[in-house]
Amino acid sequence: MSAHLEVVLLDRLRATALWRSIVRHGTEGTNRNRSLVIFENLFLHVHPVKVREKTLRFTHTFWLGGVTLVATFVLIVTGILLMFYYHPSVPQAYRDMKELAFVVDDGLFLRNLHRWAAHLMVLSAMLHMLRVFYHRAYRPPRQFNWVVGVCLLLVTLLLSYTGYLLPWDQLAFWGVSVGTNMAREAPVVGEKIRFLLLGGNVVSENALLRFYVLHCVLLPVVLLLFVAVHIWRIRKDGGVQGPLEEAEGVAEPETGP
Amino acid sequence: MPDPPEDASKNPPVAAGEPTRRDVLTRIGVGACAVAATGSGVVTLDFLNPKVLFEPRTTFRAGSPLDYPEGTVRFDRERRAYVVGGNGGIFAMSAVCTHLGCITRYVSDEGAIACPCHGSRFDLEGNVTHGPASRPLPWLEVKLDEAGNLVVDTSVIIPRGKVLKA
Repeated sequence: MSAHLEVVLLDRLRATALWRSIVRHGTEGTNRNRSLVIFENLFLHVHPVKVREKTLRFTHTFWLGGVTLVATFVLIVTGILLMFYYHPSVPQAYRDMKELAFVVDDGLFLRNLHRWAAHLMVLSAMLHMLRVFYHRAYRPPRQFNWVVGVCLLLVTLLLSYTGYLLPWDQLAFWGVSVGTNMAREAPVVGEKIRFLLLGGNVVSENALLRFYVLHCVLLPVVLLLFVAVHIWRIRKDGGVQGPLEEAEGVAEPETGP
Repeated sequence: MPDPPEDASKNPPVAAGEPTRRDVLTRIGVGACAVAATGSGVVTLDFLNPKVLFEPRTTFRAGSPLDYPEGTVRFDRERRAYVVGGNGGIFAMSAVCTHLGCITRYVSDEGAIACPCHGSRFDLEGNVTHGPASRPLPWLEVKLDEAGNLVVDTSVIIPRGKVLKA
C-alpha cells in the first residue's frame, strides 16, 4: 500500500515542470531510457552505458581503483573541513593542529580520518597499479591510461608530501628539509627548484605557505582533472581488463543493462 | 584551400610556393600566442622568486680568539656551525650534514662529528669518515672585527685548510 503510494508520488514528481527541465528523457523502463540516464548526465557519462557483469566482481579488480577514488573524496571533504581551522603561518599552524586535536569538537577524528585516508590512498593506488600490471592491462589499447595512472600516482605522492609539512612539527620540518635537499641534488636546476619550492633558502614560513597552496589548491585540481580523464579512458579503451584468461577468451555476448 | 578568385585584378593568383594571406596571418597569430605563452611563463617564474627574504642573519660573533685553544670545538646550534681551534689557527665549518641537510652533533667522547639522521660521520676538520655523506663539511669564512672578536659568515664558503692565524 505504502509502496504503491511512493510510486504514485514519484510519478507525480517526474511529471513536474522542474523535473522535466532537468531530466529530458522519458521515464519508461526501456533500454533507451536506461542508456540516456548515463548519456545525459555530466557526472555519469564518463562511465559506459553497459558493463560486463564479471568486471564488477570483487576478484576481478579487488575494487582498488574504486577504493582509491573513495579515499580521494574522503580526503577532499575532511580537508575542506580542516581548512576552516588551519592557518598556514608560523607559529599558528602548530597551534591550530593542537586546537584541532584537543579543543575543536570532532577535530581529532577529522584530522585522523584525513591522515588515514591519505595513507590508504597511497597504498590502494600502488596496489591498483600492481593489479593492472599483473593483469597486463597496461598494454594497448590501454597504454595511454597507464601513463595517466602513473601521473596520478605522482600527484598522489606529491599531495602526501606537501601535506606532511603542514602540521609544522619537528617531523614535518626535517622531512621537508631532507626532501627539498634531495631536489637540490638535481643537476643544474636543483638549487633553483629548491629555492622556488621553499620560497627561500631555509624551510620557513614562505615554504609553509607554498606547500599549503600546492596541497590545497594546485595539486587537488590537477588530481581531479587526471582522475576524470582516467575514468573516461576506461570506457574509451573498452572497459576494465581483468585476469588474462577472461580477456583472452572468446568474445562474450554483452550482458543486459 | 584557396578561395575562388572573384576579381583577378583585386586578388591576383598566388604563385606556387608563395604563402597566402591566410598562411601569413596564421603564422603571425601562432607566433603571437607563443610569445604570450613564453612571457606568461617567465613572468610567473619571476613572480614566484622572492626578492626580499626575512631569514636569520648569516653572520654571528663567536667571541675572542683566545677562547679557542687547540682542540676546542664549539657548536652553535642556532647558527648551525662549529668554530674549531685547530692546529695553527681557528676555523669555522658548517654543521649541516652534506648528505641531506640534518644538523650534525659534536661527540666529544669520540672526537668526531656525527649526523643523527642517516649515520654519516666526520672528523674534526669536516672530512667524511663514514657515509652516506660523500662531501666534507664546508668551511666558513671567519674574520676579526675592530674589537678583535671572531665573526663567522655562514653564507661564505672558503677553501679547506685556510685557518685564521691566532
